[in-house]
Amino acid sequence: MFKIVQRKEMAGGTIVLNEIEAPLIAKKAKPGQFVILKANEAGERIPLTMADSNPEKGTITIIYMVVGKSTAIFKALKVGEGYQDVIGPLGKPTHLEKLGTVVCVGGGTGIAVLNPITKGLKEIGNNVISIIGARSKDILILEDEMQVASHKLHVCTDDGSYGHHGFVTEVLKQVLEKEDVKLVVAIGPVPMMKFVSKITKDFNVPTMVSLNPIMVDGTGMCGGCRVSVGGETKFACVDGPEFDGHKVDFDELMRRLQAYSEDEKKCYNDYCTLQQA
Amino acid sequence: MAEKAETKKTTPRQAMPEQKPEIRRRNFQEVPVGYTMEHAMTEASRCLQCKKPGCVEGCPVGVDIPGFINLITKGDMTGAIRNLWAKNSLPAVCGRVCPQEIQCEGLCIVGKKGDAVAIGNLERFVADYERMHGSGELPPREKPTGKKIAVVGSGPSGLTVAGDLVRKGHDVKVLEAFHKPGGVLVYGIPEFRLPKEIVFSEVAFLERLGAKLECNQVVGRTVSLDELFEEGYDAVYLGVGAGLPKFMNIPGENLVGILSANEYLTRANLMKAYLYPEVDTPIPIGKNVVVLGAGNVAMDSARTAMRLGADSVRIVYRRSRDEMPARKAEIHHADEEGIEFFLLTAPTRFVGDDKGRLTGMECLKMELGEPDASGRRRPIPVKGSEFMMDCDLVIVAVGAGANPLLTQTTPDLALNKWGYINADPETGKTTKKGVWAGGDIVTGSATVILAMGAGRKAADSIHNYLTWGW
Ligand SMILES: Cc1cc2nc3c(=O)[nH]c(=O)nc-3n(C[C@H](O)[C@H](O)[C@H](O)COP(=O)(O)OP(=O)(O)OC[C@H]3O[C@@H](n4cnc5c(N)ncnc54)[C@H](O)[C@@H]3O)c2cc1C
Ligand SMILES: Cc1cc2nc3c(=O)[nH]c(=O)nc-3n(C[C@H](O)[C@H](O)[C@H](O)COP(=O)(O)OP(=O)(O)OC[C@H]3O[C@@H](n4cnc5c(N)ncnc54)[C@H](O)[C@@H]3O)c2cc1C
Ligand code: SF4
Ligand code: FES
Repeated sequence: MFKIVQRKEMAGGTIVLNEIEAPLIAKKAKPGQFVILKANEAGERIPLTMADSNPEKGTITIIYMVVGKSTAIFKALKVGEGYQDVIGPLGKPTHLEKLGTVVCVGGGTGIAVLNPITKGLKEIGNNVISIIGARSKDILILEDEMQVASHKLHVCTDDGSYGHHGFVTEVLKQVLEKEDVKLVVAIGPVPMMKFVSKITKDFNVPTMVSLNPIMVDGTGMCGGCRVSVGGETKFACVDGPEFDGHKVDFDELMRRLQAYSEDEKKCYNDYCTLQQA
Repeated sequence: MAEKAETKKTTPRQAMPEQKPEIRRRNFQEVPVGYTMEHAMTEASRCLQCKKPGCVEGCPVGVDIPGFINLITKGDMTGAIRNLWAKNSLPAVCGRVCPQEIQCEGLCIVGKKGDAVAIGNLERFVADYERMHGSGELPPREKPTGKKIAVVGSGPSGLTVAGDLVRKGHDVKVLEAFHKPGGVLVYGIPEFRLPKEIVFSEVAFLERLGAKLECNQVVGRTVSLDELFEEGYDAVYLGVGAGLPKFMNIPGENLVGILSANEYLTRANLMKAYLYPEVDTPIPIGKNVVVLGAGNVAMDSARTAMRLGADSVRIVYRRSRDEMPARKAEIHHADEEGIEFFLLTAPTRFVGDDKGRLTGMECLKMELGEPDASGRRRPIPVKGSEFMMDCDLVIVAVGAGANPLLTQTTPDLALNKWGYINADPETGKTTKKGVWAGGDIVTGSATVILAMGAGRKAADSIHNYLTWGW
């Protein structure tokens, strides 16, 4: 068993942080890599990016949004309990390079994935401007952490309850107009990454996105995670999860993410009903 | 004497009792239910005990077939299982999945005029008998040598190496990427053909012998090959299989509803998605299912789709029936279960609706031309023969390749042009000192028995190395 040593609820309980004992993985983990977790015998294999890792302590941290049955089961796990299986580190680590000014754009739980990358980009000497957003103030996560990881931080909310009233893409446009940006890293909901990539294409700024297709093994054995990048099929779990945002077919990704949506919705509702009873 | 040979000739091959097709096509229980003791005795009596047995030559690992069959006729099941184990560490598996018709049974003398002795069925009987009634007594283990061996991958080849070396007194640890051991035997071959309980009992037996097993270890990611040596391992065996799914590379292949057989079967078998929603992993349920390919993987996929409730399941294959590479018994079973065969047919593109979901597949008719490099007649498209096939689920089972995950992170391991590891066919030695490889990662997708045979040779070579040096 992989024991949970710390647990925190964020964004009104819709997002949960777990720090988990996994010494072998912690020793190897690099920013941008993910793990696959399975809660129990009947559980599904769920990919989640590591938001942090501590090789001395032998722990990794995941931050996830509760969106369906499996993440709801994860949420029910308490400190001292744990996951039956944790596999990793998987995927290619983020390629960190000193470039000059870089912009990190994050939305939703994507901010958790973005945070270690932002830290890494700053550590090797980039001037880091970050833009993070959420639907409203109470579900915004990791503002303080992103503040520390960046030279400048912009915050946006869709409903205007905090920071800039509007989407991250609006602030991004202003930044791109003013600064000589060498790279944009965008991680968040697929539509956000799609629109960020559209804007940066107009400005001709290289853009990296992190994709989250449905996965099974995470080691290149099933092809369930295939995405189209520049007209070629790639397996996100081994060729990614990070790709050139200007080449990704986001519409295809969105459709593929819906593959099991009806089953999943029913399964989640049944689970919630059962929990309440 | 002459009379005895005469009765032998007239005794018919004992049919394997099976679940009826109408019933089994909708359940996941094993199809053949197994011989009774009476069947086994009668079938064993059909063996002529040849002086120069052809069957043994047909067996890739040289099982002493007349020997174990003779022990059955004497009612000595303990003797029979010992005899089998001497050459084959997983007889319960091989009896079920070996392509006997082109191996042992294909060369059986009795088969020249009538039906061959049912060697596979007898092998299965002896192994099942041992599992259910045997003493469970452990074979002797030599005294500890203090040498440490890491076996990467827990498929049939890795399990064979582990079993052989642990018996020789070495300290063996098996590292498996998935959360469960068994390789293809667990994630690929379905429950109705090979109950998982059999594989797990084989693994438990190895653990009782003293082998250690660690799942969730992706070698190349969680730990590298060189780190294993740094940790003090004296030798490493790579039995990582050929797990990279191949696709058709035709338009529309990323529509929702097109899966590799690897994904489909992993969901069904390893994740037990046929029990969804009792378990959490879903699997697409097709009404009109098409399976591309005609090997064992294709048959397993088609029969799984039927069991999950499909209205129709069609196998689409570009060559003819004679070239279908699957075991004969599986083709026969598929046929009986109502799976349709569209032979000499190849897909050209997939079409979908506005939500990106698969609705159909365009196909082309083929005819057979001259033999190609594989010796099989080459399929040639018939001009203007395009037609549409309605389908909402396509399972692509057109072969597998070498997964580069491990080899990419081990640059000093020489590979061939397809990415498989170069290993000496006699010893399994690779170009990297202290590293052996065998099974599908060396030969490309092959068979359980060949993977086990390679494991046995490598285990001998590893033992020699640990005793005498490289
Ligand atoms: C490499 C990678 C990294 C990820 N990192 C994070 C992260 O750090 N934090 C986070 O909150 N989420 C992350 N995700 C998404 C997360 O895996 C899904 O939200 C989760 O699997 C949903 O499972 P569920 O059973 O709770 O929901 P479900 O009811 O199964 O599904 C809800 C939605 O989640 C998506 N989904 C379902 N199953 C999978 C699957 N096996 N793999 C991917 N997506 C799936 C689908 O779009 C589905 O419609 C990541 C995904 C990938 C591939
Ligand atoms: C659906 C299907 C049906 C088949 N039917 C038959 C049949 O009827 N008869 C027959 O003889 N053959 C059949 N075969 C072929 C047969 O199963 C294979 O030839 C055989 O399993 C190969 O054994 P192996 O030990 O080389 O590899 P595998 O069985 O593939 O096992 C390899 C193991 O290594 C693990 N692994 C991979 N990479 C790593 C890594 N980096 N670190 C750690 N572990 C790793 C994998 O997870 C896997 O568990 C079938 C194959 C399939 C897919
Ligand atoms: S191992 Fe396979 S080939 Fe050999 S005797 Fe048994 S069934 Fe036949
Ligand atoms: S998740 Fe199976 S190949 Fe990527």
